[in-house]
Amino acid sequence: MTITEPVLLGGIRRLVTLTVDGTEVRVPEGATILDAMPDGDTPTLCWAPNLNPINACRVCVVEVEGSRVLVPSCARKAEDGMVVNTDSERVRHSRRMVLELLASSTDMSQASPDVQRWMDEYGVDAERYGPPAPPADDRDTRHAGHHHTPDGTTAETVAQPVKIDNDLYVRDYSRCIMCYKCVKACGTDAQFTFAISAAGRGFDARIATEMNNPLPDSACVYCGNCIGVCPTGALKSVSEHELREAGDWHPEEETVTTTICSFCGVGCNLELHVQQGQIVNVTSPSDHSVTHGHLCIKGRFGFQHVQNLPEERRG
Amino acid sequence: MDLRLSDAVASPAVQEAVAAVLAEHTRATGDVVREHAYFTDSGHAARDRRHLLLPALHAVMDAEGWISPGALNHLARVLSVPPADVYGVATFYAMLVVEPRAPHVVHVCDDIACGPNGGEEIAARLTTELGPEGKGDDACWVRSPCLGLCERAPAVLLQRAGRPDVSIAPATAEAATAELAAPVEERPAADRAFDDTSVSVPQTAGDRAGLRLLRRIGLVDPESVDDYRAHGGYTALRRAVELGPTRVIKEVTDSALTGRGGAAFPTGVKWDGVARAPERPHYLVCNADESEPGTFKDRVLMESDPFGLVEAMTIAGYATGCERGYLYIRGEYPLATRRLQHAIEAARARGYLGADVLGAGFTFDIELRRGAGAYICGEETALLNSLEGLRGEPRNKPPFPSVKGLFGKPTVINNVETLYNVLEVLAVGGPAFASIGGDRSTGTKLFCVAGAVSTPGVYEVDFGTTLRELLMLAGGVRGELRAVLLGGAAGGFVTPDQLDVPLTLEGTRGIGATLGSGVVLAIDTAADVPAMLRRIAAFFRDESCGQCVPCRVGTVRQEEALARLVRGAPLGSRATELALLDDLAKVMQDASICGLGHTAPAAVKSALALGLLDPPTSTNGRAR
Amino acid sequence: MFGAGGGTSAYVEAEHADLLVLWGSNARETHPIFFHHVLQGLKSGTRMYSVDPRRTSTAQWADAWLGLDVGTDIALANAIGRELIHAGLVNEPFVRRATTGFDEYRATVEPYTLERAEEITKVPAELIRELAHAYGRADRAQICWTLGITEHHNAADYVFALINLALLTGHVGRYGSGLVPLRGQNNVQGGGDMGAIPAKLPGGYDLGDAEARARYEAAWGATISPKPGMHLSQMFEAMETGRLRALYCIGENPAESEANATHARHMLEGLDTLVVQDIFRTATAELADVVFPAAADWCEYEGTVTNSERRVQRVRKAIDPPGLARPDTHIICNLADRLGANWGEPTAEQVWDELRSVSLNWHHGMSYERLDALGGLQWPCPDEDHPGTPLLHARLWAENEADRGVPAAFQPVEHVPPVDTLTDDFPIRLTTVRVLDGYNSGVQTGGYSSPLRRRESLRMDATDAAQLGIVNGERVRVVSRRGAVEAPVWFDPALRPGLASFTPHFTEEVDVNVLTNDAWDPKSGTSEFKATAIRIEKLPSAVPAAGE
Repeated sequence: MTITEPVLLGGIRRLVTLTVDGTEVRVPEGATILDAMPDGDTPTLCWAPNLNPINACRVCVVEVEGSRVLVPSCARKAEDGMVVNTDSERVRHSRRMVLELLASSTDMSQASPDVQRWMDEYGVDAERYGPPAPPADDRDTRHAGHHHTPDGTTAETVAQPVKIDNDLYVRDYSRCIMCYKCVKACGTDAQFTFAISAAGRGFDARIATEMNNPLPDSACVYCGNCIGVCPTGALKSVSEHELREAGDWHPEEETVTTTICSFCGVGCNLELHVQQGQIVNVTSPSDHSVTHGHLCIKGRFGFQHVQNLPEERRG
Repeated sequence: MDLRLSDAVASPAVQEAVAAVLAEHTRATGDVVREHAYFTDSGHAARDRRHLLLPALHAVMDAEGWISPGALNHLARVLSVPPADVYGVATFYAMLVVEPRAPHVVHVCDDIACGPNGGEEIAARLTTELGPEGKGDDACWVRSPCLGLCERAPAVLLQRAGRPDVSIAPATAEAATAELAAPVEERPAADRAFDDTSVSVPQTAGDRAGLRLLRRIGLVDPESVDDYRAHGGYTALRRAVELGPTRVIKEVTDSALTGRGGAAFPTGVKWDGVARAPERPHYLVCNADESEPGTFKDRVLMESDPFGLVEAMTIAGYATGCERGYLYIRGEYPLATRRLQHAIEAARARGYLGADVLGAGFTFDIELRRGAGAYICGEETALLNSLEGLRGEPRNKPPFPSVKGLFGKPTVINNVETLYNVLEVLAVGGPAFASIGGDRSTGTKLFCVAGAVSTPGVYEVDFGTTLRELLMLAGGVRGELRAVLLGGAAGGFVTPDQLDVPLTLEGTRGIGATLGSGVVLAIDTAADVPAMLRRIAAFFRDESCGQCVPCRVGTVRQEEALARLVRGAPLGSRATELALLDDLAKVMQDASICGLGHTAPAAVKSALALGLLDPPTSTNGRAR
Repeated sequence: MFGAGGGTSAYVEAEHADLLVLWGSNARETHPIFFHHVLQGLKSGTRMYSVDPRRTSTAQWADAWLGLDVGTDIALANAIGRELIHAGLVNEPFVRRATTGFDEYRATVEPYTLERAEEITKVPAELIRELAHAYGRADRAQICWTLGITEHHNAADYVFALINLALLTGHVGRYGSGLVPLRGQNNVQGGGDMGAIPAKLPGGYDLGDAEARARYEAAWGATISPKPGMHLSQMFEAMETGRLRALYCIGENPAESEANATHARHMLEGLDTLVVQDIFRTATAELADVVFPAAADWCEYEGTVTNSERRVQRVRKAIDPPGLARPDTHIICNLADRLGANWGEPTAEQVWDELRSVSLNWHHGMSYERLDALGGLQWPCPDEDHPGTPLLHARLWAENEADRGVPAAFQPVEHVPPVDTLTDDFPIRLTTVRVLDGYNSGVQTGGYSSPLRRRESLRMDATDAAQLGIVNGERVRVVSRRGAVEAPVWFDPALRPGLASFTPHFTEEVDVNVLTNDAWDPKSGTSEFKATAIRIEKLPSAVPAAGE
């Protein structure tokens, strides 16, 4: 044993060379096609930098020469000699259709500005499937394989009542695109609490606790890591929900300051989102080695003791 | 793990049923549950039992007829699976329910073969007798996709808490309700209706000379290992052991045998890949989740010659270095399940399974696992997830199962018919096998002929036989032929002028069709094609796992657009609806994760292309 | 340990260890994000043992749980050490080259047979043996601990007992192997590193290190006594003897957080002058002569904190402090000005840079610019080209004796039972525990609405309760040798018979430190929060409260 320096083993590094839209790109072995994209503006919904590729939304698909079908760039590893086309007619068509199918069935109005821009750029026309069907109150109990025959006069949606059953989270599943990110963050990619799972099947699939129990009767520990990864505002804090409902939500004024949580010795980085002098949300940077973007209940919600609430919102 | 459970407690019957599943697991694997107070039994060993979830859910359904909150807690605790995950898995399958329901359930097939052939009448009668779908205290009825009994249409399946499930086909509403009330028998009366194999395999009634895969059907006693041996059983395994694994794979490779599950991948290549994989253990999986509407050939093989599959799996395991094989059979096949379970136990008792098979020094055993009503689990990676106790959602590929399959290990997955072919390859040798047919279509092929033919059933013909010859073999078309649905719901239509197409992978591709799972459904001019298409569209909407957007939403939009077209009430014009369907088809084919999405628009597309929906025939849209 | 008061390993190493021993740590609830790293390890096959009197949510993830009696950890560790020696699992080259004092250690642990350890700890001998062999055979193994180890009257000995195991097996100084104390607050590590330990200068230098002292004296323009000051427990003793008459208390709430709180409050009340600087009007502030309202530095001012992997990270101002509240450094500097010094009002960065000018080994290379750019740096970081040190003590593996430096010393320690002994009068062991959504005395976590929160209850075993005729939710009286409190009972399946617990988070509901023992560890000054002897009495007219 002659080691005198810390042994932080890296992988055995090899590079692979592929062609993306006619340009040769070299990336480390194990990188995905998405990693190899030069412009960094590939549309993604179910992908997040701090989660394993989920590969459900299919909006990031690209054409790989030799492959019969399109491949998800978020999950597919780059290979030597791969020839990738990210802007063919087929690619553009599938991306448009994925966004269009989602927009026709889900409330995307609180998705990020990037998503709104992609919908414009790809020419999404959500209205051509007909007027949206009214909200349904039975989406939590539909049985796998049980069929409701449509007549096609309206386009079925996931619209349903919002769930508010605790003081910290709101679950507004009319906005849920079933990207599975919350399930992964609650489960094997971070928190391992498994309070929620995909349930049901097909278009009736949904994110649920066991037996659709309210969150306080579930295993939920309110780490908020599901909120942290939700791309469409289906999951959000009660405080954000209330501010939005009250018309008091001002993202354009928001400042984000990174600091360190005070609640234990782990040293989690917190990003304090502040609007009009109030902390409105807490997140963590996904690229930091301590948290990988994930927090616990204290870090994410335990800021009330420093909150400077205006007179009318003090309890 | 740190589970949080409610206070609900499982009934003694449920606890007993689950204990039996664990005991069987301990017997099969030697994994003992540590009971000492200081062993938390929540570490890796406990978490590794998740694959027992589906068998345990079945046990609960069999015991009590539904998954109660107490049962859910009990499963979560004994298998170290979070309750939300148990719920997520349970709600994935059509045969499992998480709300109280009548303990006796009649599943009525209303799919493309049975629906127009008496299925709808049964549904109507049961509505009168038992009440609306899903309602009833002691008994209720529900609609079901294809039950795989098309040659005996119409079919029902009885799912009964506390008693074995049975299929009845041909069925009537009266027969179904009578069987519900019938006394418990060692051999359910409904099973005896399947004793005459010539109903399912008409060829066994005549000249059997051409039969290879079907050669033992009707001759062999499916419940006797000795009778199986008397009919040539276990000679192929002995031949395999004489040849050794490498030579077995060479024979299979030389035979040019391709997978009969639909993808037609060369079996020898698959076996070779797993056999050479350095990572251990290797697993063998037999995909017996035959669920393609119109398909019943695997069921017939398993019901009538179950030892053949056990032997073939043993050979595959021997050749590819697997010590454990999983036989995943669809949950709607109760008779085949009983026969296979018996065959596995009988083979084990005689040393054909277990340690030191045939005294040849290798170990191989089989676990039988039941599906629970999910077409998607026939997709091989969805099947793997289902086996592991996860939701039956397909995985991203690559990596392919031969590299990273069951429990992340190299895994061979073969379809039932493919495995029966292996017996034939070892009987005649690879080159002789390859001399029938050609290209990637060698040997014989089973077809499920149903619909408007005189004698529906499973037919075995050499690759290269024409569609016309096959229809003649089935006694010819009843009435005037409008089209043939080839390959099932995931396949497409061919028209009367295309009947001379040779039934090979290459020949069908030449006319833009597919062999798929071997479905040949003849449609006469009296048939309601729009209704059939709507049933197919509904099928894909219902059976989509919901994981990827193109399939989850695309199948819904396809069904809606089709409904508008059939009603003659398009949004915009008929042309815009056709364009919409085309847009949907493209994204489903191009961007779905798995074959279900890729093929979901196939039949609709093909019908539109062939004008099967053109007015005036589309005015008679019969929605259900 | 071995001349550096900090954990040896980066968190990420837990993901790549073969074996983790969580000893006296319910990290699942008290260090949830560290536990994320542990869980990633478990996902890829890492085995885990939990040593804890309670079957905690951490223990529920373990491959085996060693549920020992409170205060018997040293006996357990020594028995593991003895078993490692007898089973030939000692890393002999490492012990020979990198340690001293093995022979004495061997002699000390020799009487700790597995059978004797079972008798003392109540952990089956077979399980102790299993853990010893798993630890000895693992290629990479870590021991992680928290307050279960450090809140005892002989806390330092507990830590030595664990360090000895790492030395015996060489599970230190290599990637994935190490000793990881998980700190309870965001700057416990940093506070100690900055000299808030009586015998230390900032940067980890011993007060007795004349060269270091001279450098600090030059920088500060002041004389530094080589004699260590008092730690908190000694201060309370000095208050008792009248030697300490004035106290300036910054960000600490001893009136509630000290063991034997009634006594502590009495002492604080007897001071001539008590100055409290805090972000809250705490129970201690209520007793103060002067209160300085302070800003919450983690979000209302600037500075650095140091975490349990020795990572120095920046805190930053996101919001304005309320009312008259001001940053701690400003208050201190203004106070100095009033006392005649001229400290001005330096920025946080200026304060930090002064430290860097004297903490040559640990902090010298950590400019704010680098801390910002790199997401923090792990000490030692001696110069601005240094990448920081994720893994400590790799030197012990150096080929060359000179590079190996001072060998690590075995510190043989003996099992001594808790001071507060169990008797017929006080038959139940009370321990304090922390829960996921609570933090210390609750003044900060009380502010947000947690759906997980339950009323403070005496958590106890159902069979114990049955013997006393107590039902779930019943209000009882809990008596120790120092005081008594009333509380409802909650049956906790994590507790074994003979064990009960309170959290410290709800002092306004149950003043738990009225019960706890202020016996303290002479080496670290920590009190014996974890081992109080109590009895549980039914209240005269005990009626179970509805809905509890």
